[in-house]
This record gives sequence, C-alpha cells and structure tokens, in this order.
Amino acid sequence: MKLGQSFRLGINGITSNKLRSFLTMLGIIIGVAAVIVLVSLATGTTSSITESISSMGSNLLTVNIMGRGNIGTLTEDEMEDWKLIDGVEKIAPIVSGSAEVKAGTETATASLIGSSADYLDMNQLTLAQGRTVADMDVESRQMVAVIGSEIAETLYEGENPVGQNMKITGSNFTVIGVLESEGSSSTGSSDTRLIMPYTTAQRLLRNGNIRQVSVQVASSEQVESVKTALENLLYEKYQDEDLFNIFDQTEILETLEETTATMSLLVGGIAGISLIVGGIGIMNIMLVSVTERTREIGIRKAIGAKKRHILTQFLVEAVVLSCTGGLIGIAFGIAITKIVGALVPSLSGAVSIPVVIVSFGFSLAIGVVFGVYPANQAAGLNPIEALRYQ
Amino acid sequence: MLDMKKICKTYNMGGEPVHALQDVDFYMDEGEFVAIIGPSGSGKSTLMNVIGCLDVPTSGTYELDGKMVAQMSQDQQATIRNEKIGFIFQNFNLLPKLTAIENVELPLLYRGAGAKERHDRAMEALDKVGLSGRAKHKPMELSGGQQQRVAIARALAGNPPILLADEPIGNLDSRSGREVTELIHDLHQQGHTIILITHNNAQAEEADRKVRIQDGFIVSDEKVIR
Repeated sequence: MKLGQSFRLGINGITSNKLRSFLTMLGIIIGVAAVIVLVSLATGTTSSITESISSMGSNLLTVNIMGRGNIGTLTEDEMEDWKLIDGVEKIAPIVSGSAEVKAGTETATASLIGSSADYLDMNQLTLAQGRTVADMDVESRQMVAVIGSEIAETLYEGENPVGQNMKITGSNFTVIGVLESEGSSSTGSSDTRLIMPYTTAQRLLRNGNIRQVSVQVASSEQVESVKTALENLLYEKYQDEDLFNIFDQTEILETLEETTATMSLLVGGIAGISLIVGGIGIMNIMLVSVTERTREIGIRKAIGAKKRHILTQFLVEAVVLSCTGGLIGIAFGIAITKIVGALVPSLSGAVSIPVVIVSFGFSLAIGVVFGVYPANQAAGLNPIEALRYQ
Repeated sequence: MLDMKKICKTYNMGGEPVHALQDVDFYMDEGEFVAIIGPSGSGKSTLMNVIGCLDVPTSGTYELDGKMVAQMSQDQQATIRNEKIGFIFQNFNLLPKLTAIENVELPLLYRGAGAKERHDRAMEALDKVGLSGRAKHKPMELSGGQQQRVAIARALAGNPPILLADEPIGNLDSRSGREVTELIHDLHQQGHTIILITHNNAQAEEADRKVRIQDGFIVSDEKVIR
C-alpha cells in the first residue's frame, strides 16, 4: 500500500469527525500561533532596538562615575589628559537633568543635556536650523541652547525658533539651533532634548559634578585599548573599581542581545509547553480513536492488512492532524503578528521565518512522537479479539 | 489443498488449560463444499480461526494450498489471509465509511495492486454478486442481504483458493438468507472451494460434506446424501 493511500485514509479519518478533529488540533493551533507571534514580536523589537543603538556609533565609550559628593567630580584638566590617550578622538562630558521650558505662555518639559561642542556629532544628531553649541559658549557659560523639534513645535509654533528667547527654571536663554526631527524610537526621542553648554548646565542645575563622559574612539579596533587606559587612569584616581564603570556600545548590544535571547527562549519555552500539551491531546484522541475503531482494525487485519499498514494508517492520521493544526496555527500566527505590528507602532510586525519553519517542524514531530504509541497499539491488536469487539 | 494433522489448541484461562482443539485431522480437496457444524463452545470458532490463519495452533501441522502455515508470524499470516482466504462473516464486517466498491477493493489494496486493477477486479466481483449497480453506495444504504453480497464480493475480489463463511446467513431474514445461500451454491458450482461454519444442521445439509465438532474433537465427517 502506497503512502498516498495512507494519506487519503488519514484525511478520511479526520474529516469523518470534524468537530473532534478541530478541537484536537486547537492545542497545536494555539501553540504554533503563540510561538510565532511571541518570538516574532520579540526578535523584531530586539532588532529595531539593536539598530538604533548601533546607529549611535559603536565606537562610543560611556564613562560613569558613581562616587558620592565631590569624590565623583571629574575636572576639566583630567578630561584634557584623556585626550592624550592613543585612539581617543572626541570627548563630551554630559550633565543631564530635566527642566521646564517656557516661552511666552507655552510650556514644555525637556530632557536637559549639558555637553560640549562635539555632542551632536558623537550622537549622530543633525541640525535642522541654526548652529550648535560652540567651544566659546562652553568657556563663557553662554545662556544658549539647541532644542529638539518637538519643543520647538510646542513653544514657537509657526515661528522661527532660532534667536528667540525662553526661560529655563527662571533664567533667560537664547535658542541657537533646532534638531532635525527623529521621531520616537525605542531608546527615547531626541525631539524633546535640550542641549546647552555643560558649564551652563552645571550652574543651572546647581550641580558641579560631571558624572558622565562620552568618549569617541577613532576606530573600533582601538576601543579595547582605550577602555583599558581609561580604566587604569580612573583606578589611579579612585582606588576602587566600584566607583566607576565604562560601557561601550558593543557591551550594551551584547547585554541586550543576551537579554532578548533569554526572553525569546522563555517565551518559546512556554509556547513549546503548549505545543506538547497539544500533542498529548492528539495522543489522547488517537487512543480513543483506536478503541472506537477496534472492529475496523480487526476487519482490515482479517482481510490481510499487515502491522505496518495499520501503523502507517494511524500514524499518518496523527501527523496529518498535527500538521494541519500547525499550518492553521502558522496562518493565525502570521495574521496576528501583522495586526499587532500594525496597531502598536513600537512593535515590529516582521514574521520570523526560521520560527515558522521550526514550529511547523515541531508540530510534525509532535504528530509522530504522540502518534506512534496509539498507532502501535492499533497495529498490535489481535485480529480475533478486534473482530469480536462490539 | 487443505491438510491439517494433529492440530491442538490450548488456551490458558485463569490458570486452567482449556483444550479447544484436540488432535484434529482435517482434509479438503479443491472445489469441495464442506460444512463444519457444532454447538457454541465446541471448538468450532477456534477451528475456523486456525483455518483462516487468524490464530496459530499450539501444535500440529497445517498445509494450505501448498504452504505450511501452522507456525507463522502475524505478518506472514496476514499475507496468507490476504491471498488464500476470502472471509464471509455473520455480521458482514463491512467498513461503514467506505462505499461498496471501496470495501471490495480493500484486499487488493493491501496486496499493493494499482488503482485501475483494483477498480476493475472489484467491479468484476460486484458483478458476480449482482451488485455492480450499487458500487457507490455505503453499506448503510444497502439491505442486509445486499451487504452480505458485497462482503462476498470482497471475499472474491482477491481470487483466493478458499472461501471461509462463518454463519453467513445468521443475521439475515429468511428471504435474503435464501438469496445468499443460492449465491454460495452458485460460487461452488463455478468451482470455488467453500467452508461453511454453522450451528444449524439444515444449513449444513446444503454442503457436500458435513464435519461435526464437539468438545474439541471431530466426532463425525460424512458426505451429505441428497
């Protein structure tokens, strides 16, 4: 007997009891759909985060100082020393906070960043209008600021913001530039940023300490050596490696990838469990089916069906059941992923093809694994007893 | 054609050995029509199962159509059943979800015959029992007599040397029973070798030879004189 005929028999067995077959498949359908939706969304979102991080430039090191009080302060002289390290290209201290910004009657909340002239360059931000913070502004603590497009929109709707005045926590500032709109990304929007000379920010925030410094390295090959040199310098100063840390982008990327890989694994594991539960459902229904069709098996055996004929018939039925469930699950999974991706802008609707393939393979394997036992039971029935079964 | 020597079959029932068949010698020639008669519990069913290769004897030899079949594996027995025996059951044993012709095709399917050969030979067999016009009907859409005729067509489809009929008219009304009996006679006339299992003496009288079995022994084996 050929496989094609076994298939026809298997499909006959399934269509002859549609509701039961559907309910049996439901476990697999839900499992496969869940795997596809969850893993696709997780990997899609990860890749969009990864993209936005690597677009910041992977040659960027971030130095954080955690010391209390004045211990944490980095002086300008020290930062000048860093520039002597081989491979260091640019250095931008970062003083951050948030501030209420007022112009006339309009108010906006901005994330305030005090930095140096190189900040825009290092973070790959571009200006839509005006100029950026210059070294001169830093030296003379000018009350000037570059604002994000959203702030510009809120405060100066329809007007040219450059040259306008605004008040930040009571002090008068002049807008010197507006950033190109970026739209929101998963790492936060640059559209609500407000960038001013770090010296000005220190005074404004009444916080003299520089606790964060961005260091741009000339090439990615030098990132490691620069990092080591900085670590040595900082250790010399603080004598305690817990008081500072140095992050590079690749490290952040790695951490992120690790986290999401663990997340995908967890999500996949949960969905995998539901697939196994579905498989048990299939096994259960196949066992019921074998009992119900004992007589049929007896008749087939009396007529000359061999063990393998009966085995294939029931195994094919289980596999057809689980694979049909798998295919329906894939269709549902793709549809749901697309819909969620379209409705939630921060989630990617891209379907992960490997996951589709793996989950289909998994549902096939489940059909085989959970079908073998019932099929074997059927094949092993004694024809005399099976014929006598009522 | 069919030659059994010293066939014994012993079951173990709750630790007690039950001797269903004891030293049974049974012989049949090609083209014979033999009735095996006995009350229930006589060992009649066991003998039928051994003849039909559904069961293996505990001891003894059994030669069927030139093959020693007494001690065979289940799969070997399946092949013998498929090629050598055409079963006709009391309760027809048709598969309810298949049409008449699909039922008749089954033995050929397990033999690995191609679709066209299956269809042609099944149609031929249905024609023999006068039901070629009902090929596409499901068993439920047929009368009892028609169902049994489909079952006979199925037994004939593989062209086996022996037809083994177990109470073939036991579930039929007298008119359908008559039809089926006539059909069996016709098949015998056409040269088929037939074994009829029954508990009914009147039916057994239809055969050429009557073998009576009781308590696991063959107690008589005589020609039917008409």
